[in-house]
Amino acid sequence: MADVSLKEIRKSYGAVDVIKGVDIDIKDGEFCVFVGPSGCGKSTLLRMIAGLEDISGGTLSIGGRVVNDITPKERGVGMVFQSYAIFPHMTVRENIAFGLTISGASRAEKDAKVQDAARILQMEHLLDRRPSQLSGGQRQRVAIGRAIVRKPNVFLFDEPLSNLDAALRMDMRMEIGKLHRQLDATMIYVTHDQVEAMTLADKIVVLKEGHVMQIGAPMDLYHNPENLFVAGFLGAPSMNFLTVDVLDVQGQEAKVAHPAMDPVVLNTKGRAIIKGSHAVMGLRPQYLSADGKGAGLVEGKVVVAERLGSETVADLVLRDGTNLMATFSEDRVFTPDQAVALRFDPAAAHLFPPEG
Amino acid sequence: MSSKLTTSNRAGWAFAAPGIVLIATFIIVPFFFAFALSLTNQRLISPNPTQYVGLQNYRDMLSLSVLQLAPERDAAGQILRDADGTPSYPRVRDITRNPDFPQYRGMREWFRVHLGDTAHVVIARDVVFMKALVNTVTFVLVVAPVQGGLALILALLVNQKLRGITVFRAVYFMPVVVSIVVVSLLWRFIYSPDGGLLNNLLSGLTFGAFQPVNWLGNPDTALPAIMGMSIWQAVGFHMVIWLSGLQTISPTLYEAAEIEGASKWQTFRYVTWPGLRHTAVLVLIVITMQAFALFAQIDVMTRGGPLDSTQTLVFQAVERGYGKQDISGGATISVVLFLIVLTISLVQRWLTRERA
Repeated sequence: MADVSLKEIRKSYGAVDVIKGVDIDIKDGEFCVFVGPSGCGKSTLLRMIAGLEDISGGTLSIGGRVVNDITPKERGVGMVFQSYAIFPHMTVRENIAFGLTISGASRAEKDAKVQDAARILQMEHLLDRRPSQLSGGQRQRVAIGRAIVRKPNVFLFDEPLSNLDAALRMDMRMEIGKLHRQLDATMIYVTHDQVEAMTLADKIVVLKEGHVMQIGAPMDLYHNPENLFVAGFLGAPSMNFLTVDVLDVQGQEAKVAHPAMDPVVLNTKGRAIIKGSHAVMGLRPQYLSADGKGAGLVEGKVVVAERLGSETVADLVLRDGTNLMATFSEDRVFTPDQAVALRFDPAAAHLFPPEG
Repeated sequence: MSSKLTTSNRAGWAFAAPGIVLIATFIIVPFFFAFALSLTNQRLISPNPTQYVGLQNYRDMLSLSVLQLAPERDAAGQILRDADGTPSYPRVRDITRNPDFPQYRGMREWFRVHLGDTAHVVIARDVVFMKALVNTVTFVLVVAPVQGGLALILALLVNQKLRGITVFRAVYFMPVVVSIVVVSLLWRFIYSPDGGLLNNLLSGLTFGAFQPVNWLGNPDTALPAIMGMSIWQAVGFHMVIWLSGLQTISPTLYEAAEIEGASKWQTFRYVTWPGLRHTAVLVLIVITMQAFALFAQIDVMTRGGPLDSTQTLVFQAVERGYGKQDISGGATISVVLFLIVLTISLVQRWLTRERA
């Protein structure tokens, strides 16, 4: 069993706090993704779990054992680095067997385990090559091989796909997903790419400036973001935000209006929306539709439209000058300055208190 | 290509010219001069015309022979022995000055080995050169590994992230910036037989049990004393080269090794040392070449003495060329030295080559 549990975890460098009290529970066998913009502390958090950074405060336990002060090896973690960190002077075989060599495994044991790992990663034919003879994707596979050969309880991935080109990234992403199902181990994965987070994760942890913004399953976060940051961070193109006036609040329902939009009634989900003040309405571009259903209505004109074949992304400017993105799931022709009226279902819109 | 190199790149050639001129004037041309002079009987100042003598200088310098001397016997065929049982042998000079053996003319005893009762006497035409050669090679064989190893240890020490580590780096590097002549003069005081620092120190550490040694005046200690001082003086320079090599090794490689549970020694063995391969070649070659060029210390401290125990090739080359005005003799030593250093560099390169 290898649950990973972080309780009130803190990290400071001198007077600078980088991780400001983080609580995360990761269940055995779960694929957990830490996601957030650069500098949010996601890599630091991962390195603290790995044992490469000291923990300034809080409790980290793996498999029910507090591991704050024990070495990476004793924690039973394997790690894959962004820069691969494979040893340039060793062959692929020696690289994969490194952990076993270190712990003094016999030759036969090493050979068997390396073969096993190579089979899982489909790289048996590469075993006698040197890293300089490998492509980026193959190098990353070697790094993964080195991590899985010791059969650690927890795998840590630090932006493993960032150095790969787009096409390869997609392949490797799928392979990592497959690997997770195959190994059935706990995996913690750091990325700034929300697509990786959405596709791989059982559980996403969104971080910002050393705080956890929200933890949940990918669709949970996508459909029910708890705050403006999560709402804006996940989804592409990102969510539209309109500053609206709150006309009335009745229990869980608030009636809001915007100069370019007819008044609509939205669910406040218990958030602090105050009558007579401003609030932010969030609406994903995908939930705007050109052919007329739904109680919500916004009006504006097209600035530019991108036709991608299977979908069309339109950049609009509303009557009052605010920008709005809309995505249509079919090929559509817009001419510049064409006036459009788009409808949406108020149930798909989110209402947040203004930031700050 | 050739036209491009010679015509259209005037600026490039102009920038390179000062360097090329200096190197040609002071290194390349003198080398060919030395080679040409070594084939003549040229003296520094001489009324006689220069004559081409072919390889005579090399023969004079390198000729070696072995004489096998049977012990002298009395009329009854018994070996004549002196009071402590040592057999007595015919005098070498009776052979080298004997007109019956013109091939040994002018040769002197270098050293002898006793096998049974027969004495094998190695005679050389140029005993001083032979001693200089042996001293120089000994110096290189001791200084290269010791200085290189010590420099590596220092580099590993000052490569740590500690407060004030730059102070240590500066301290270890300091002797390098002091002129070798000044250092040699200072160490003459340190090695002084009466009231020298080293004798006082050793005597203090052993509570007076240590008997003062005339470090530079004793043929057994003079060369080791100069070795010690030379190692101390240049170790900082090589420390800096090692340090730069250490800093090119990616920190994530160390982290990967840490995750795999490598001990300090294993980390050095599998990460640091392989990463220093090219640096090691450089350091070894540089130390070897510098050690072969040993001159200033000898010139300041011992001038080759006592009893030729600190003669070296370069010191002899200078001594002959200018002290004895035998320019062709000095040039011959230089050429021999060049060939030795060239050979060793090639062998070292080959031994430390990257095995594909």
